[in-house]
Amino acid sequence: MSSKAATAGQAPAVPVQSWAKIVLAAWLVPGAGHFMLKRPGRGGLLLGSVALMFFFGLLMRGTMFHWQTGDMLTTVIYCGGFLADLSNGLLYLLTVWFGYNQPDMAGHVHDYGTKFLVGAGLLNILAIIDAYEIATGKKD
Amino acid sequence: MRPSMNLSHFEAAILFALFASVVLGVVTKKTDHERLRYGLRCFAYFVVALVGLGWLMWLGHR
Repeated sequence: MSSKAATAGQAPAVPVQSWAKIVLAAWLVPGAGHFMLKRPGRGGLLLGSVALMFFFGLLMRGTMFHWQTGDMLTTVIYCGGFLADLSNGLLYLLTVWFGYNQPDMAGHVHDYGTKFLVGAGLLNILAIIDAYEIATGKKD
Repeated sequence: MRPSMNLSHFEAAILFALFASVVLGVVTKKTDHERLRYGLRCFAYFVVALVGLGWLMWLGHR
């Protein structure tokens, strides 16, 4: 433990190498971080939930957000939505690379689709944080 | 392009609640028993909020 951390009463810093690969894997494939940390049951549940939510969002023809700035509300909604979509990792990247480009349309099914795509990304962020905490020993 | 999956408000919201509850249960608690209970409780809260808001909107449209 470094003297600075000891005097501040903080836990010693965990080396980046011990969790970086796990966090990257958890971002790219939902639940992969938990699989790497030998927690296959939880990883499977996370993978199933996030992937199914994402696929249902696609089947409902939800819209992917694009980075767009302007007034405060536009920036928060579009940039936040884009970051949430991006949090789906490979699911998002493959979908965009394969040319999915649904324009924003009226209708509750399209709206739910968009929310499912964003929601899946936000749930994957929770899964990434959980994997990080397990990898750094803050959690079992 | 038209959606290839056509759900009602209720069905879509229930599906959303189900997936969100599973993830919240998995990442929040420490033991499997606690995770199951928390996931079920989250799902119940989602459903109660869904039905309650549905009634509120119905009353607001009268």
